Amino acid sequence: MANWKYQTTWAGILTSWILLGALLVFISLGTKKMENDPKGLQNLLEFLWDYIRDLARTQIGEKVYRDWMPFIGTLFLFVFVSNWGGALIPWGLIKLPSGELGAPTADINTTIALALLVSLSYFYAGLSNKGWRYFEYYVHPTPIMLPFKILEDFTKPLSLSFRLFGNILADELVVGVLVFLVPLILPIPVMFLGLFTSAIQALIFATLAAYYIGEAVEEHH
Amino acid sequence: MLAFNFFGATEGGLFDINATLPLMAIQVVALTYILNSLFFKPVGNVVEKREKFVSNNIIEAKNKLSEVKKLEADLLTQLQIARTEAQKIVSEAENESDKLYKEALELANNEANASKEKARLEIESQTSAARDQLSKQADDLSELIVNRLILEK
Repeated sequence: MANWKYQTTWAGILTSWILLGALLVFISLGTKKMENDPKGLQNLLEFLWDYIRDLARTQIGEKVYRDWMPFIGTLFLFVFVSNWGGALIPWGLIKLPSGELGAPTADINTTIALALLVSLSYFYAGLSNKGWRYFEYYVHPTPIMLPFKILEDFTKPLSLSFRLFGNILADELVVGVLVFLVPLILPIPVMFLGLFTSAIQALIFATLAAYYIGEAVEEHH
Repeated sequence: MLAFNFFGATEGGLFDINATLPLMAIQVVALTYILNSLFFKPVGNVVEKREKFVSNNIIEAKNKLSEVKKLEADLLTQLQIARTEAQKIVSEAENESDKLYKEALELANNEANASKEKARLEIESQTSAARDQLSKQADDLSELIVNRLILEK
């Protein structure tokens, strides 16, 4: 622990590189030949794009959602790919000299990094859209709200990071324990449940991030 | 150092916070830019271009439809006008032919009457002439009888 600064869990980063590499290959294959009549992969990517746009538009609002759509979409894709990558690919079969491969989102560092980025984003969104008037938000209905709103700035990243981390880690642990105890059939429903949780968590993370940004840029009248 | 070692975790614990955090953050920011230029912008361009194309087409079609409806209404009024006009022409022609027929009938009647009258007059004059002649002959004859009777006595 002496040089904590230089310590990294390389396994998690390596997994994320593999998964993100696959994601980028997938996306660049799908966007290679864009046509007005979408075919195959382009169709899927357009559906994804539309899904993310709807998410960003409903949470952030018509006016500024365009600026934040790439960030929200990246959060969604990153969390989704990490969660599903961790749940679907049998990383345990690959032995590493130190640590083990697994969902990057099962590492608290990753989720805290994402949550802090969300915090920075909503501060930036509020300040760049409304200037100093952003801080009216803290005393919005009444100044009594001030301590709660300040507290919220700490609870938001905390809840974001721990929710994601907890869900993914718990799923991995439950599957791991079940596989250890009953290696046949029984873990399969739990694995499906894990896939479901993984997708839901990605959606929740992106939706909440968009909601926080939307809250920051919202005009009070 | 202790600040980063909360929850009393030891090395390799679940809550170890280390340099993975900033690395992941940088990675996600970079990924945002990469995905923006690789995914969000190009797909957005295509989708929004198509949405604009579709909405333009819908507006154009609506305009065309309203134009067609206007033309249809125009045509209907024109048809109505033409129909009434045709009816007028037909009735006019009917009236005229009726008039002509009546005129011709009247003319023919008149002519017939005139010739009848003329014939009657001629008959009358001939009758009177004949009667005159007859009475004259009767006179002559009576004179002749009278003379003869006188001579015999």
